[in-house]
Amino acid sequence: MRIVFYRLIAVLLPLTILEVLCREHVIKPLILPAPSRILVGLLAVIEKGAFSAAILKTLANVGLAIVLSVAIGIAAGAVIHRVRLLRALLEPLFAAYYAIPIYAFYPLFIVVFGLGDAPQVLIGVMLAVVSMIVSTLAGLDSVPAVLGKTARVMQLGPVETVRSVTMPYAAPYLFTGVKLAVAYAFIGVIGAEFIMSGTGLGYEIRFAYDNLDNDVMYPLILLILLIAVAVNMSLDHWDRALRSRRERG
Amino acid sequence: MMRRIVYAHPALFFVISLLVLWQIVFWLVGPNALLPPVETVLHLARLLQTARFWGHISETGVAFGIALLISVVAGLAIGLALGMNRTMAEVFEPFLLAGNSVPKIALYPIVLLIFGIGMPAKIAFGAIHGVVPVAIFTLTACNNVPLILLRAASTMQLTRWDMIRSVLLPAALPDIFSGIRIGFSLTLIGTILGEMFGSQRGLGYLLMTAIGLHNVDVIMSVTLLLVLVAATANTLLLRQDRRLRNPGGSPHQKPG
Repeated sequence: MRIVFYRLIAVLLPLTILEVLCREHVIKPLILPAPSRILVGLLAVIEKGAFSAAILKTLANVGLAIVLSVAIGIAAGAVIHRVRLLRALLEPLFAAYYAIPIYAFYPLFIVVFGLGDAPQVLIGVMLAVVSMIVSTLAGLDSVPAVLGKTARVMQLGPVETVRSVTMPYAAPYLFTGVKLAVAYAFIGVIGAEFIMSGTGLGYEIRFAYDNLDNDVMYPLILLILLIAVAVNMSLDHWDRALRSRRERG
Repeated sequence: MMRRIVYAHPALFFVISLLVLWQIVFWLVGPNALLPPVETVLHLARLLQTARFWGHISETGVAFGIALLISVVAGLAIGLALGMNRTMAEVFEPFLLAGNSVPKIALYPIVLLIFGIGMPAKIAFGAIHGVVPVAIFTLTACNNVPLILLRAASTMQLTRWDMIRSVLLPAALPDIFSGIRIGFSLTLIGTILGEMFGSQRGLGYLLMTAIGLHNVDVIMSVTLLLVLVAATANTLLLRQDRRLRNPGGSPHQKPG
């Protein structure tokens, strides 16, 4: 309880200071409007619905990128886990992957796929899928070999084996992978929208920035941050609930 | 026989298969979208002979260096401050984790409004990408320091600074180094992104203008250069990382 109180202070105190500074024009409204004004602007933006299409577009692309990268990631992880040669070949890639500036490939994707949704979703998938693969591998590694043998001795079918042997061990790792995939999908899709696109939240923010339209830009930035944080925190919460249930059961 | 060679040099074979794949994709999509491997290397080599290109490289290098310095120093400071105080850690950890999941690219208009177009904006953009992972890893590292070491330190009545210097940092170093490795990559990505939006110089700017002009040669060459630099730096840091985790151990042992 005390912690929650401190957290509240940690959020509200800087906001209050910022509010006062903005109202007293120490910080010019051209740089940062007062936080209360941003919040009011956000409500107006949502109410008016002028950006609903952009918001839906971004969320749909992020969702598609998440689904694709989780599905591909688990499937690829399972295959790579089986084929040791492939794994040896790909380990160096996994180790260096997140050092590569993936956005640098975005222009190539635009050239190949055109300026539609495909390049953005692809950037999201490229960022997200590798963490899903790595988490799947870690999850499968965590299943003790003896249990795999036990399943074979008991003549469990593949579906039964996955359900009652593999999943109980691998599930926490898979969940971590999903969490990372969600964060990366957001970063990838919105980043791609920023760099070059004609739709979506990233594009609208960039458009507002180019037009010095702070009353639209700041509420939309706040919206992105709120969505990303809310999704991440609810996944985190869910993860913790699952873990504690597992420990109790 | 073939298998054993692959197992012995996985990285080499990975690069070879990547090059083959690159060439095949080139045949599929055509010269409008891609440059084949050999020509990309040749074009990059030509660029590397011009003074203008080196000007962009050094601009990016300076921005990245300062951003990395800020990321590491600020990240260590935040991580250590939270790591030494349980209440502070509990209060602020969710903020750090949330900061990690936020698409920081959405913040670039704010950075530009505050700093204007130019060097400071790039540095700030690189630093906000790098500082969070360094802080998170440092905090986790502090939490993983065996309690007995901390008790011993307080029994010996070490001052706060001595405690950081001779207990906390050495014990937490492997984890902190992992954080710096990840911070390194993210700072580089952040700096390049900052250049793409808010700069008139640097490799990111070069990339952005090449996108606008649909100059595939330059896009491919700069991308290749960035990937080479990032992958090489990461490989070296990873090697050092494993050495720290496994001092004197055989290189084939899994890092604990």
